Amino acid sequence: MIAEIGQFVLILAFCVAISQPILLAAGLRARDPVFHSVARAGALAQFALIAAAFVCLTWLFAVSDFSVLVVAENSHTSKPFLYKLTGVWGNHEGSMLLWVLILTSYTAALALTAKQVAPRLITLTFAVQSAVTSAFIGFLLFTSNPFERLDFLPENGRDLNPLLQDPGLASHPPMLYAGYVGFSITFAFAVAALIEGRADARWARIVRPWALAAWSFLTFGIMLGASWAYYELGWGGWWAWDPVENASLLPWLAGTAFIHSLRVMEKRDTLKSWTILLAILAFSLSLAGTFLVRSGVLTSVHSFAVDPQRGVFILAILIAVIGGALTLYGLRAHTLKPTGVFSTISRESALLLNNLVLASACALVFFGTFYPLFITTVSDQTISIGAPFYNRTFNPMLAALLVLLPIGSMLAWKRGKLGPILRKLLPALLIALIAVALALWLSFTGSLAGALGAGLALWIGVGVVLDITSRIKLAQIPLAASMTRLRNLPLGIWGMFVSHLGVAMIVFAITGVSAWNQEERAFLQTGRGASSTLQIAGYDITLVEVRDLRRENYIGDEGVLELSRNGRVLETMTAERRFYPVRQMPTTESAIATRWWGDVYATIGPEVPGRGWPVHIYLYPFALLLWIGGGVASLGGVLSIADRGRRSLGTPRSGVSGLSKPAGKG
Amino acid sequence: MRWYSFLPLIGFVVMAIYFGLGLRQDPSSIPSQLIDEPFPIINLPALEGREFGLSNEDLQGHVSLVNVFGTWCAPCVVEHPMLMLIKRTEIVPIYGIDWRDQPGAGTEWLARRGDPYRLVGNDADGHAAIDLGVTGAPETFLLDREGRVRYHHIGIITQENWNETLLPMIRELQNS
Repeated sequence: MIAEIGQFVLILAFCVAISQPILLAAGLRARDPVFHSVARAGALAQFALIAAAFVCLTWLFAVSDFSVLVVAENSHTSKPFLYKLTGVWGNHEGSMLLWVLILTSYTAALALTAKQVAPRLITLTFAVQSAVTSAFIGFLLFTSNPFERLDFLPENGRDLNPLLQDPGLASHPPMLYAGYVGFSITFAFAVAALIEGRADARWARIVRPWALAAWSFLTFGIMLGASWAYYELGWGGWWAWDPVENASLLPWLAGTAFIHSLRVMEKRDTLKSWTILLAILAFSLSLAGTFLVRSGVLTSVHSFAVDPQRGVFILAILIAVIGGALTLYGLRAHTLKPTGVFSTISRESALLLNNLVLASACALVFFGTFYPLFITTVSDQTISIGAPFYNRTFNPMLAALLVLLPIGSMLAWKRGKLGPILRKLLPALLIALIAVALALWLSFTGSLAGALGAGLALWIGVGVVLDITSRIKLAQIPLAASMTRLRNLPLGIWGMFVSHLGVAMIVFAITGVSAWNQEERAFLQTGRGASSTLQIAGYDITLVEVRDLRRENYIGDEGVLELSRNGRVLETMTAERRFYPVRQMPTTESAIATRWWGDVYATIGPEVPGRGWPVHIYLYPFALLLWIGGGVASLGGVLSIADRGRRSLGTPRSGVSGLSKPAGKG
Repeated sequence: MRWYSFLPLIGFVVMAIYFGLGLRQDPSSIPSQLIDEPFPIINLPALEGREFGLSNEDLQGHVSLVNVFGTWCAPCVVEHPMLMLIKRTEIVPIYGIDWRDQPGAGTEWLARRGDPYRLVGNDADGHAAIDLGVTGAPETFLLDREGRVRYHHIGIITQENWNETLLPMIRELQNS
């Protein structure tokens, strides 16, 4: 019954979504203002119906209704309740429904907040958004129906893939999707602007919070994914440049370029067609990321073997959505005339440079991701493009961008001067150079790349601090006046500071984890003697005992490890090897002791008779900073959204007093 | 209009064509490595409480189907009635390989649902499935009289598969 209700509301949602573009187009033609409310009502109705369908599917998982195919394939009665719920999106059909749920949530949020947007623009935006939504509900209904019943009742389910039975991964897809799908709103706005043939600073101001929201979610989602890989996969890797990871990086790079170019458009009324193109690309890459790579149209054999129809449907949607938008772009881009002009040394030029580097990096990752697949399609050869390729191309490119970051963010709009900025940044340069020298002298592993990484991180971090002190004229005017200036800095500027600080943390953490790590491995006996202890960097790790694990949904071994230094026990941790009988899959749970300087990371292998337990210890300096940095960068985006001065539409910027202004016309 | 505004579209069209070509390769039609090769050496024990397992000698001298299944596999439940039907036609014997099951689960499952197989081998550790290149259950192999693999079917055998592909091939192999 519940499954049928779910199916029914899904069909209703499809009808509402597909009727919207037609209704709204008719309304715009007739210039009838009633259609503006039709657009809002339609947006809310789509959300309510999809939310109802999602509740139905969640219910089916909660009560383990195995007469429904996806539940039977992905759940099991002996599974913790939490994972029954997260199992809702641990499969193709359910994750598609989640995707559509988030899509309609954004549409509903737009309907509730964007009251002060020009009616024509917002109506067009809703029409585009509904068209996209209807395509994906159609995809659900016709090829991936989550409510499909089995015509028999299996006694139990197949269980959720054990790798997905992890709190980190449970929260990862919703975050990532919130990022991907957020770019649908900016996409819809871009297409609406192209149809209207008008995009100006006002448009940029309306779109900016949505772009920032999507970007913040995506940043956070990528960070969650990386930390999941670090904690769950059992070798301390957090990024492997595999297609699925690249799929999330591509829209992130395009989105990062987009939020920067939006600023130029907002301030200087220029770079318009480029910004619009980035809006289209960010969403296109999100779609390509979710569907082409993840669902395995090109890479894997099994996920789509069941139903090649899905691939055709997806491709048709991509051609309609992306191809349609790009055709419109080709036809209309020339109508978006810039009014601002560029001078060579200015904030806008620096941001343009930022955009060029990010776009090139994006193109590079795109090439690296799809070229191997291309080669396999046209010939029998398989090639693989992995970390060495990106280390040699992507890393220097991004490093160059980051070297310029502090300079660019201090440049003034219109006409900037390099001399004074470089003088202001001198302390940052000195600190960075000292860090490089120090790192080389201490010679953690003697790596030059590591030393340069640390220097770069400090250059950016100290650069942010200097940017703040220079903006509030610290030590140039009385302290009280400086503090007033500090309080009056708009949130948007704080957002920039915080995000860039997050970038500095990430750079530092990446340096620590990849350039200064150490590892040791040995076969250990259980106990407390020398044959049970492994030494690394002054720490002793002792395999005290190995316990037998029997849990509701898995069995395994649990190694109890003691971390000590100079005979003093600092921490006791456990490393597990699990086996999930229903799926017949082994997984590892690493033991991680987080110290102030980084992580001691240990995994345990299956016992080898006569030799003992293979124990592998890694030292990852500053690993925690990677997750904190990701969180901080994404928080910066959130701060910028909250900038009320920026959201007060139509109010031109007036110095640093954006905050003290009333909330604006709306 | 400016010609270069169409560059992104042109790039996308190239990508779309390539994706379309990629789609035309039906993954389920990827030829198995085993086609026209002898069936891998297997010597599988019997299921719990049964007397006979499955080894290569059992597959000699007649055309046969070897079906890889598991009680944990929902599509296998869907396929099961079709296998029972094939058994009733008495055209070709079906041999089963019970892939990575709990002890006793296979015996109980077959007792309850009906047993379409002449013999079933227990592949508890999944080694035979690896040798067969099985990536998911159910999968079915068609063997000729000499025990060579002549066809590899991935996924559920439907009535359509049976009528249009398997049955004609079986007839041809039996008459040759």
